[in-house]
Amino acid sequence: MSQIRVLVGTKKGAFILTSDGKRQNWEINGPLFGGLEIYHVKGSPVNPDRIYASQAGDWFGQVMHRSDDGGKTWETVGNEFAYEGEAGTHAWYDGTPHPWEFKRVWHLEPCLTDPDTVYAGVEDAAIFKSTDGGQSWQELPGLRNHGTGPQWQPGAGGMCLHTILLDPKDPDRIFVAISAAGAFRTDDGGKSWKPINKGLRSEYIPVPEAEVGHCVHRIALHPSKPDVLFMQKHWDVMRSDDAGDSWYEVSGNLPSDFGFVVDVHAHEPETVYVIPIKSDSEHYPPEGKLRVYRSRSGGNEWEALSEGLPQENCYHNILRDAMAVDSLDPCGVYFGTTGGQVYASANAGDSWMAIVSDLPRVLSVEVQTIP
Amino acid sequence: MIRVLLPFHLRNLAKCEAEVELDIKGPVTQRSVLDTLEARFPVLRGTIRDHATLQRRAYLRFFACEQDLSHLAIDDPLPERVVAGEEPFIILGAIAGG
Repeated sequence: MSQIRVLVGTKKGAFILTSDGKRQNWEINGPLFGGLEIYHVKGSPVNPDRIYASQAGDWFGQVMHRSDDGGKTWETVGNEFAYEGEAGTHAWYDGTPHPWEFKRVWHLEPCLTDPDTVYAGVEDAAIFKSTDGGQSWQELPGLRNHGTGPQWQPGAGGMCLHTILLDPKDPDRIFVAISAAGAFRTDDGGKSWKPINKGLRSEYIPVPEAEVGHCVHRIALHPSKPDVLFMQKHWDVMRSDDAGDSWYEVSGNLPSDFGFVVDVHAHEPETVYVIPIKSDSEHYPPEGKLRVYRSRSGGNEWEALSEGLPQENCYHNILRDAMAVDSLDPCGVYFGTTGGQVYASANAGDSWMAIVSDLPRVLSVEVQTIP
Repeated sequence: MIRVLLPFHLRNLAKCEAEVELDIKGPVTQRSVLDTLEARFPVLRGTIRDHATLQRRAYLRFFACEQDLSHLAIDDPLPERVVAGEEPFIILGAIAGG
């Protein structure tokens, strides 16, 4: 029977939650790296025992870890992230130039075909690549230097590159998203990049339809239709049918179109999940009710999924990297909260259970489906 | 030998005891202590000071002989009692946060 491994990054360590394919009984392992901030943990799709973890904090800077036995043991790998050439400046919160400074790795994206190749999205925004299992990292500088870089400004959480999507049909195509610069795409393996923000409208920036400056919170795609992208922007849930060349809004009947996470069902490319958050000033679910919203029509028509989730006095947030799906049938859906709960649904969202309810603040959730 | 005390997480990372002894040739300064420490435990590179700027991490401080040495220039000599191995050079993590 298949095994499910949920990789959870938290404010005070990483946890690995495992279950068989029924997804009812879970074993909790952790904390790994106890007391340390683990931004993201993600496994290789070609070798699930190869797992990368990003530890980042104000005390000890960036530390990178790698496991080759499914998380039982770990070794420390390279932690030097040096921008290529003259780093230059981006715009600070007040619009003044500010030097580009590496702070942390937000997101790790292992290659779809080679377990030794992995991408890292960092703050201040840039993308790095390792081809030696994380021992050394090289920037793909075409992104930061493509022209609009000096205009990029940080969001409240820092100027982070938090989303990396690898196109399974085209190894040269990569999508990334940056708060608060927007979305970008390369079609040549990372040499050159272009902003893909046409159709986004952000009322909180000086030019609402600017080429860059949008606070994109997350992008997701289905592997069978990589030209279709779903985006949770700061406000607005958006969709693109042309690999980001243009976007249109699909927020529809959501109770709030502010939020952080978005993900796509493993087997139904038009089934999408978001978790609405009341507002950017409040950062908790509307009415204190934790509800996942599912659209089976690729957006616009959304249904609330609440069975098994708290429907009163819930004031947690769900951060941008804290939702994932498994590839079993029916599809499993998972998310973690800033209150330390990790919820799972073994039936595509129809009902939910808390795998664990008292972890530290959850920063990221990833899922491995192991045959 | 120069004695260096490491905070909990760094000794875990380096897989060493809380106190390590370093044999330093030449002047004993923050730079030479950290250079020698990192040469012995490469995993500590980038954790105490930034790779590029060599700036001390903001939440770490250096103490010895009941003095805060965090703001000494990195090439200033450390106290004689540290050089003589009578007192440890202490790398201390701030106790802060939830």
